[in-house]
Amino acid sequence: MVEFREDLSVVLGGAAGQGIQTVEEILTRTLKFSGYNVYANKEYMSRVRGGINTTEIRVSSKRVRAFVKKIDILIPFKRGVLPWVKDRISESTVVIGEKENVEEEFLEKIHFIEVPLTKMALDVGSQLYLNTIAAGIVVGIFRGEFSAVEEYLKERFGSKGENVVQKNIEAAKKGYELGLKLLKEGTVKVEVQRKEKVRDEILLSGAEAVALGALAGGMNFLSFYPMSPSTGVAVFAAQHAEDFEIVVEQVEDEISAINMALGAWYAGARAMVTTSGGGFALMTEALSLAGMAENPIVIHLAQRPGPATGLPTRTMQGDLNLVLHAGHGDFPRIILAPGNIEEAFYMSAEAFNLADRYQVPVIILTDQYLVDTYYNLPELELDKVKVEKHIVEAKPGYRRYELTEDGISPRAIPGYGEDVVVANGNEHDEWGDITEDAELTVRMQEKRAIRKLETIRKNAPLPRLIGGEDAKYIIVAWGSTLHIVEEAIEKLGRDDVALLHFSWLYPLNPEAKKFFEGKTIIAVELNVTGQFAELLRKELGVEVHHRVLKYDGRAFSVEEVLDAINGVVE
Amino acid sequence: MNLEKVDKSRFEPKRPGSQDIAWCPGCGNFGIRNILITALAELGLNPNEVAIISGIGQAAKMPHYIKANGYHTLHGRAIPIATGVKTANPELTVIAEGGDGDMYAEGGNHLLHAIRRNPDITVLIHDNQIYGLTKGQASPTTMKGIKTPTQPWGVFEEPFNVIALAIALDASFVARTFMGYFRESVEIIKKAIEHKGLAIVDIFHPCVSFNKVNTYAWYREHTYWMDDHDSYDREAAFKRAIETDPLPLGVFYINEKPTFEELVPAYKRDKTPLWKREPKVEEIRKILDIKRRL
Repeated sequence: MVEFREDLSVVLGGAAGQGIQTVEEILTRTLKFSGYNVYANKEYMSRVRGGINTTEIRVSSKRVRAFVKKIDILIPFKRGVLPWVKDRISESTVVIGEKENVEEEFLEKIHFIEVPLTKMALDVGSQLYLNTIAAGIVVGIFRGEFSAVEEYLKERFGSKGENVVQKNIEAAKKGYELGLKLLKEGTVKVEVQRKEKVRDEILLSGAEAVALGALAGGMNFLSFYPMSPSTGVAVFAAQHAEDFEIVVEQVEDEISAINMALGAWYAGARAMVTTSGGGFALMTEALSLAGMAENPIVIHLAQRPGPATGLPTRTMQGDLNLVLHAGHGDFPRIILAPGNIEEAFYMSAEAFNLADRYQVPVIILTDQYLVDTYYNLPELELDKVKVEKHIVEAKPGYRRYELTEDGISPRAIPGYGEDVVVANGNEHDEWGDITEDAELTVRMQEKRAIRKLETIRKNAPLPRLIGGEDAKYIIVAWGSTLHIVEEAIEKLGRDDVALLHFSWLYPLNPEAKKFFEGKTIIAVELNVTGQFAELLRKELGVEVHHRVLKYDGRAFSVEEVLDAINGVVE
Repeated sequence: MNLEKVDKSRFEPKRPGSQDIAWCPGCGNFGIRNILITALAELGLNPNEVAIISGIGQAAKMPHYIKANGYHTLHGRAIPIATGVKTANPELTVIAEGGDGDMYAEGGNHLLHAIRRNPDITVLIHDNQIYGLTKGQASPTTMKGIKTPTQPWGVFEEPFNVIALAIALDASFVARTFMGYFRESVEIIKKAIEHKGLAIVDIFHPCVSFNKVNTYAWYREHTYWMDDHDSYDREAAFKRAIETDPLPLGVFYINEKPTFEELVPAYKRDKTPLWKREPKVEEIRKILDIKRRL
């Protein structure tokens, strides 16, 4: 007998095209609906069919929001899955499946529960039902609500006809009953608490949170060229474009995408582009235009490993330097990196106010890990989102680039007011006309690159300290590693280690320096050089003492971070 | 309308920086400016209702020499930016303006896809068949055999036939003119602006400094007006488009079809420009409610 308590990690592995994603959806939704806290994240190959993709689903008595290396229950849908995840398998791992999908050498290392998935699927009518049966088994093991599975299958397959729905329900039921049988026979024992209120919580992915946040922030124009892993945001927006009455356009290239969005902002829309590093590279020319013309723009960049095409479907925090330095000439920008799904929502909304207020590019830096993460969360407080518009009327004598103390010129838009608005990517006078005057050039350069930047800098929020102010060790993390590092520190169980998490990356408020004084600083980053550690040195003069870096294209696991911290703290 | 009495002065800019015009004496751009201002005034438009989006080059300096909303942007990018402007506010009359290098070389891909997308904008290409601002290199429309500082052996690439290309792509409005014919050019540009959908006007004009072949006299000798042409006949338009000498002038092709702004979900029920809109918080609540269930 195997016994699981409180917190389980269920991993499903198979080829692309075998329906792993469907299983992920059935499990996250129906287990959440049954009152369990769930978290899911996937890793997948850049191919349409074949290869090996896996999904991790954590089911827990408490909230869980981080990737763990351990596998408690593994369901392989093909041979090759076990070797692929061999580092994550231990003696306590239970493998449920068919013998032919488990390589000989693993049989001694695992608890193997043989179930005739193929035969059961064929009994229902086709091998196609194999994944639904597997999902049913897991729901059964957790004594999940079968009615929820039924409802979900009706929703999911309704468009394919009554027969498909019924066959899937039959398949799920077979699996479910087998799951219950395993419990009854005592083959497995699972003790995870359910909470009634989790039932009504929201299950959201990072990509959905970015799109919904943008919509809450007033996004009414989205132009993009598809690129993994950023496309999910565009897909979500496109599917809701009619309800929200917005423009969502897939354009010819990333160059067009950002230029179209710049035109839309110039005319008063709230526009966003969604892309990844390679697409953003193409946008850098227009980023300079945004800087010079002081044209607001919101850019969502979901990072994946580079350079060039890198690992198209994997994750890395490797584009910070790109967004920090992209574009020629000096101009300010704001870089945000949400730490979790809630922040992805609120920051994506706020990005539009920031772009509007400061008239600069605002970059929302996520990554494959965050956009593909799901978990249940209690509520998104829509009342917290405030849409601040900073548009003025073009009254007679209006000057688009009026020189002001704080570096911010009131922005009018064409068609609102009697006068006209002249914007310009060449160096310009206050009216927007071309100038080559040396003295005016100096004043305009200083307005943009010094005065405006200082205005943003002094209003920049401080990082979040999780843990005691008098901790001896400060672990610095940014963006999507928030909960992974947080859980590692929790497991470490020492009150002299605190987490300092940055989700506002640039420009840094100089006051942030106070968090570092007299501490041993450990930076945890998912890239090969420690890009944020370098930024801390450059911006705040802070020297990081230890760098914990990972750069194999995979997310950090809680265990890895814990081991790394253990190796550093005394 | 008594055209003699149309007041063009409202499009004359009085900003300090708009007084120092960068074009060479005798440049065809002066003529195009006058044609454009006349067309806008005769259409009864006001400066705040018009947005001129330009790329880079001598032609692209136009927003500084006209009183209208203007955005002087990047080389080749005027069309996507103009598309964004028009889509954000369909109430504006939007003109994308640039030279042959701007629109056909750097911006070639955007032109192709703008034809597919069909936003209701007017694309004016100042086509002097040479690069002026960078001092005389060949452009995509430079004729074969012409020697330049960077093609000293003479251009051997085929010149870009934008008229034939646009008709091949079933563009919405395709015309060509020579700015030396003032009244005809005003009428063509008025038609282009009034046309619902993407209107492309290729405007021949001499570069007095760097193109010693395609002069005012050359354009008069090597062009003719299509007096007996049916603009709604695509095949006839295509036949005219591939004529090389003399080159036909006039409206080659008109293809009335829905515009981009008419088709995007943003304007199906509500015509309000995007800047006047507020987020639909209720729709977000609905989605969150679905995410609470299954």
